[in-house]
Amino acid sequence: MSAVADTHAQEHHHGPAKGISRWLLTTNHKDIGTMYLVFSFAMFLLGGTMAMVIRAELFQPGLQIVNPEFFNQMTTMHGLIMVFGAVMPAFVGLANWMLPLMIGAPDMALPRMNNWSFWLLPCAFLILVSTLFMEGGAPNFGWTFYAPLSTTYGPPSTTFFIFAVHIMGISSIMGAINVIATILNLRAPGMTLMKMPLFVWTWLITAFLLIAVMPVLAGVVTMMLMDINFGTSFFDASGGGDPVLFQHVFWFFGHPEVYIMILPAFGAVSHIIPAFSRKPLFGYASMVYAVGAIALLSFVVWAHHMFTVGIPIAGQLFFMYATMLIAVPTGVKVFNWVATMFRGALSFEAPMLFAVAFVILFTIGGFSGLMLAIAPADFQYHDTYFVVAHFHYVLVPGAIFGIFASAYFWLPKWTGHMYDETLAKTHFWLSFVGMNLAFFPMHFLGLAGMPRRIPDYALQFADFNMVSSVGAFMFGATQLLFLLIVVKCVRGGKKASAKPWDGAEGLEWTVPSPAPYHTFATPPEVK
Amino acid sequence: MRVHAQRAGALLGGLAFPAWSFADWTLNLTPGVTSTSNEIYSLHMIILWICVAIGIVVFGVMFWSIFAHRKSQGHKPANFHENTLVEILWTVIPFIILVVMAIPATATLVDMYDTDESEVDIKVTGYQWKWQYEYINEDFGYFSNLSTPRAQINNQQKKGENYLLEVDNPLVIPVGKKVRFLLTANDVIHSWWVPEFGVKKDAIPGFINETWTRVDKPGIYRGQCTELCGKDHGFMPVVVKAVPEEEYTMWVAEQKEAAAKERELTQKEWTLEELMERGETAYQTACAACHQADGSGMPPAFPALKGSQMVLEDIAGHIDIVVNGKSGTAMQAFGNQLSEVDLAAVITYERNAWGNNTGDMVTPKEIFDYKNEQ
Ligand code: HEM
Ligand SMILES: [Cu+2]
Repeated sequence: MSAVADTHAQEHHHGPAKGISRWLLTTNHKDIGTMYLVFSFAMFLLGGTMAMVIRAELFQPGLQIVNPEFFNQMTTMHGLIMVFGAVMPAFVGLANWMLPLMIGAPDMALPRMNNWSFWLLPCAFLILVSTLFMEGGAPNFGWTFYAPLSTTYGPPSTTFFIFAVHIMGISSIMGAINVIATILNLRAPGMTLMKMPLFVWTWLITAFLLIAVMPVLAGVVTMMLMDINFGTSFFDASGGGDPVLFQHVFWFFGHPEVYIMILPAFGAVSHIIPAFSRKPLFGYASMVYAVGAIALLSFVVWAHHMFTVGIPIAGQLFFMYATMLIAVPTGVKVFNWVATMFRGALSFEAPMLFAVAFVILFTIGGFSGLMLAIAPADFQYHDTYFVVAHFHYVLVPGAIFGIFASAYFWLPKWTGHMYDETLAKTHFWLSFVGMNLAFFPMHFLGLAGMPRRIPDYALQFADFNMVSSVGAFMFGATQLLFLLIVVKCVRGGKKASAKPWDGAEGLEWTVPSPAPYHTFATPPEVK
Repeated sequence: MRVHAQRAGALLGGLAFPAWSFADWTLNLTPGVTSTSNEIYSLHMIILWICVAIGIVVFGVMFWSIFAHRKSQGHKPANFHENTLVEILWTVIPFIILVVMAIPATATLVDMYDTDESEVDIKVTGYQWKWQYEYINEDFGYFSNLSTPRAQINNQQKKGENYLLEVDNPLVIPVGKKVRFLLTANDVIHSWWVPEFGVKKDAIPGFINETWTRVDKPGIYRGQCTELCGKDHGFMPVVVKAVPEEEYTMWVAEQKEAAAKERELTQKEWTLEELMERGETAYQTACAACHQADGSGMPPAFPALKGSQMVLEDIAGHIDIVVNGKSGTAMQAFGNQLSEVDLAAVITYERNAWGNNTGDMVTPKEIFDYKNEQ
């Protein structure tokens, strides 16, 4: 620790290094945060392009644009890139930028490891994306890569996919350790746990989830690696293995993973809604307990993804009840946000628009989650477009809108300029309409019986698929506008004051905008 | 307050769409034709309405705030930030709703798991990319393949009414009887789904899953494979024909007779032309999905057969790979999927089609002997 602190003290009066070495060698939380965010947005566009290919093929019945093998590669890569490349790194980027500013720390606790956990990511994704150009093509077994489709029957590139997952796993675990070390050790004097901003709380809990489940993911892909290359039969029934074991291990990682993708957004929205309601967050303590309860429960619900695999009825009932239970703390959070808005003095700048849409649409995703939790009904919903609708409602207006809301909220702090409000509102409304057009009809398609992950479909599904594709194109194209808005905001615009939002609270608003390269060299005092 | 209420009313009115015909736009789950599917449907509707009700309350309060508590209208913010009673209430009430919901769900689940006292047992096996149905007590079985022509899929022909939901041999079951399905798979995981029965169960290699149905209305019911199982996952539908009991008995008798005839065919003397003709049909259903109709394959996953060294020279190797498959690849063991006649015909066809003019002929008897030696 002291060695790091010393070099820092010497560098203190210098700005950032010049040229490429600034980015390659930086240990500054703001630079690393920026790199995470830029990387995440690049992956968002790449994964989005793949989604456009999928929706173009599904625009009409029949095979028009791609063949089924390539279609499967697109759905798989889309899922993997969005989950591991877009959503997770975006939250790590926000954590890097904001956690030290929110708790009054000079930087992350482990700055060199911070550099390394970022630079592992581009390496992992270079490997993953390169599989598209390999003989036999990219992974084509879905982002859930069920064995034995991904082992005995997987393409030759599967081993590279496994390697990429290992690397991004290491990156995530290091990032999580850093977050925990920072939050537990570097809080400003006087900031007790129950005075921590909610974004800090949700990230602390998320980091524990990451440390708990990323090794499980590493374990399951290692078992695959052994099955493929070293003659074991963990998941191969003909060698005495168990294909269902794969699903248990995967979802033991997978369900907490879905909360990893939403809890930081819960935190961010819990800052934005009070700021634009000009009223303190309702039920701070119950928000913290709810997140804790969700995180704990998320370890005991995994088999709700496996209601049709034939687990015994006792197991079926347990997982049904546990999953229904998770709706209670989730509900508490929604009620708290609404109560915060109730009788406030509301205004609707872009961060608030995204945050309000987050609450409404995430709740719709929660409703379909509750429906999916009813095991007998899930026999009808499972692996249809109803599930696709569910998780896109919790992830697009959930995680992604949460990220957009955060970006607009803190852009003035990052760049020192106000973004263009008119363009940002346009971005919001086009995203909102496009997203609902794309994903709402998927509920109907699933209920009418359309399975997921198919490149072609029966004629009765044609109308809604076309609507959905139109919505998807609209949503996709709109995201280029976000790029424009951010570039514009970085390059100029109205000067932002230290606290550009009159209702905002927190230490991050006590430093000037843009935040200087080094902040809180001496910790602030929290009353 | 009054003004607000009026404005809110106007807003709601604007949101309510003009009557819109959804004639071809199915919105909801099918109630189906079995007791299970009906129970599921009512669970679905109950939970849906619960969600709608909660939604109206929550979004109602929210829209009210959005509408009435705006800064631009000079609304001054209140400053409350907790209320223990309210917080306890909105934890306990949802919990109670969920308990109430769990009761019928549990009952339905128990019923779905009760596979005892079945009257007909059918083993369903998932293959890449077709279903096999074996009537366990009747000693016959067959494969069920997609029958939609490739030309329709590739947009060279107008798509038929049951596009992608039609098969050559549907599963036939009697109405009014409890039918038990035993599900497994030969290669990867598949999932057998008929929405109108409320039956969906994964078919997993190395496992046997059980489920059941009792259909009271004769008819044709269509579903699909719902677990991603490789490239033709979207092209392995499930079609079930429920028929009255007498018709079912007759059909079973016919099938048994046909199975016996098939076994006799093995003994017949075949000519090259006859085998080629039969081989072409068998090739199109069993092999063409991977190796392509013109034998060109899709290397590297699916090698070409046209001009292949094994096909041109190594007869023993050729028979072995078709009968026993090649482990670790998508090449299945067709030995127990096809009859001896079809195996012989397909091998003969592959050795003589697309310019592979070896002139070799493999007879059903040779295959029969080959299998017995193993
Ligand atoms: C009220 C809370 C929720 C409940 C009760 C719930 C329940 C469920 C259930 C039962 C399934 C399995 C459906 C099936 O495959 O048949 C499911 C799938 C899924 N859920 Fe949720 N969910 C909730 C919230 C969330 C959240 C917050 C996220 C992520 C931000 C999420 C992401 C997903 C994903 C990604 C899948 C599909 C995974 C796949 O099969 O590819 N869910 N959910
Ligand atoms: Cu889950």
